[in-house]
Amino acid sequence: MELIELRDIQKTYHLGEVDVPVLMGVSLNVLRGEFMALMGSSGSGKSTLMNIAGCLDRPSSGQYWLDGGEISMLNATERARLRNRMVGFVFQTFNLLPRTTALENVMMPLNYARDNLTEHQKRQRAVALLERVGLADRIDHLPSQLSGGQQQRVAIARALINRPQVLLADEPTGNLDSRTSEEILQMFRQLNSKDGITIILVTHDPGIAKAAGRTVYIKDGLIEKSSSIRSGT
Amino acid sequence: MNGYGTLKTAIRALRLNVMRTMLTTLGIVIGVAAVITMAEIGNGASLAIQRTMASMGANTLVVIPGAANTSGINFGFGSVMTLTPQDANTIGTECPSVRSVAPIVRARTQLVFGNRNYAPTYLYGTTPSFLDIRDWTDMDSGEMFTEHDVRNVNKVCVIGQSIVRELFGGESPIGKEIRVRNVAFKVVGVLRSKGANMMGMDQDDILLAPWTTIKYRVVATSLSAANQSSTNTSNNNDVTSLNQLYPNLQQNLYPVASATEQADTPQPIRFTNVDQILTDARSAVQIPSAIREITILLRQNHHISPSDPDDFIVRDMTEITKAMTSTTELITKLLLCVALISLVVGGIGIMNIMLVSVTERTREIGLRMAVGAEPADILRQFLAEAVVLCLIGGNIGIILGRGASYIITSVLHWPTAASMGAIVVSVVVSASVGVIFGFYPAWKASRLDPIDALRYE
Repeated sequence: MELIELRDIQKTYHLGEVDVPVLMGVSLNVLRGEFMALMGSSGSGKSTLMNIAGCLDRPSSGQYWLDGGEISMLNATERARLRNRMVGFVFQTFNLLPRTTALENVMMPLNYARDNLTEHQKRQRAVALLERVGLADRIDHLPSQLSGGQQQRVAIARALINRPQVLLADEPTGNLDSRTSEEILQMFRQLNSKDGITIILVTHDPGIAKAAGRTVYIKDGLIEKSSSIRSGT
Repeated sequence: MNGYGTLKTAIRALRLNVMRTMLTTLGIVIGVAAVITMAEIGNGASLAIQRTMASMGANTLVVIPGAANTSGINFGFGSVMTLTPQDANTIGTECPSVRSVAPIVRARTQLVFGNRNYAPTYLYGTTPSFLDIRDWTDMDSGEMFTEHDVRNVNKVCVIGQSIVRELFGGESPIGKEIRVRNVAFKVVGVLRSKGANMMGMDQDDILLAPWTTIKYRVVATSLSAANQSSTNTSNNNDVTSLNQLYPNLQQNLYPVASATEQADTPQPIRFTNVDQILTDARSAVQIPSAIREITILLRQNHHISPSDPDDFIVRDMTEITKAMTSTTELITKLLLCVALISLVVGGIGIMNIMLVSVTERTREIGLRMAVGAEPADILRQFLAEAVVLCLIGGNIGIILGRGASYIITSVLHWPTAASMGAIVVSVVVSASVGVIFGFYPAWKASRLDPIDALRYE
């Protein structure tokens, strides 16, 4: 069953008078519970595709069904609500709020959630997630007091706080050394297999992409090839 | 995101950069403090001006008898004697807007002391509250006569500086006796110099004595003798040296009322009348209510039926009152204008810093948007920060402003008056400044594209 279905997505940026086509008719299906890697060189359009998949951006044309709903025409507010509920983001640069504790960073998306949790429930959920990513003893640490790997784990906990259907990771290991990268990838695999969270991993490192069940290559705004599904649950 | 959460986020964001928050707030602090101080100094100045104006008689109300009207001929104001000492008493006790009241009996006659004589402009019989109404209670020397003197018809008087100069030259008049139409009055006090009034009349040219003494010992005119319209005064053409020192020069200008007319409009018999009643309202704003109360009371006391006109007139000092209110309003407005300018400057400071803050936190905004903050959430958050900034500044400003006006009062001895209105206005204004000047940066933040914002370096 498809969680994400992109059909003939086109995206063109207008820079002054020049139109720059970035995506030129991408169609892509991602199954529920799939762990997919999206590979491509820089400028290939993989980030744009991910932004569209993560509802951060709107395609110029084409259709996008997320969890059965057509969402390509939603406005900014509606997309924000959808992101909050459905999508978790993990960034290359972690993007934690500085001078804010790990716990508060994790709880931050809950502030914008529609479900009326009490302060206590929010805290419980955040603490449980921090324990899950192995930072139970770092709850009150500031990002500046955490290593890169730990920061990325806080970011993963933050991405999971609203129990999203899909986790979008944009070069999550780009700023990490190989050992911590492996830890983070291990965590993704675990989230995928244990919790059944659909994961889309954007990378340009074939080694990293190997962790995924399927790899999709994108080049010059088109899907070049899609490797077979090796392990999908 | 609910209001509490927004507020909490805003306060946390402000606490992250305490120094900048404080410096930003400073503009508003100074603005609000200036508004409060200016308002309080303005209030104090208004009060001081009101007091000065009041001493010029701004709150004074004069009740004078009405005009007699016989056979369609109006005899002019004061031609009937309808006011009694009892009227004065009841005005004092039953009109809540009236501060004090003094009956006045006028006389115009010669004063004699030793080998000098002098005719003062004002020779008033009254009560001690006269000085109260005229704001003239501090005596140059001696004391005002008392209510006791009024009751006992004592022959005492206080005199103004001009009379002292005319009759006594350099010496002190206290304890001396002045003869007023052959009645000897002992001088018990000398009034402070007040100078000329607005009409150019010398206010120091005055002799005050108990009204009973002037009435019964000096003037000694009865109600009927003074009332031209109701009594036949025209037939005293025979010169009697006993009651008239000078030949009667008065021509009989008006027709004599016939017996029928007199029967139709009987004049009530009163034993004593006063020429006018001087009162003052408790404050300038209470002048209209004082006039209303006096009118109702006197109509009732004089048994005037609703269809009949008043037999008295209540006059107020509209011109002075107007001058007073416009002056004080002008001063307060002027000061507020100055203070509001500094508030606006403070607000612009806030806008500046908020714009910097938005730029600086572009990535944070992008992140918040990525995890699901709606544009409205971002707008609210930055607006809340600006408003919290302004409210903090406003509160500190109120404390500083109050402190400043306290110091000004105690060091410079300027009058200030606490103004609750100014405090409320400053809080409202500083919150509005926050909303107005915080809106543009907040709106700018909310319009950011999350993708660009996340990539912003």
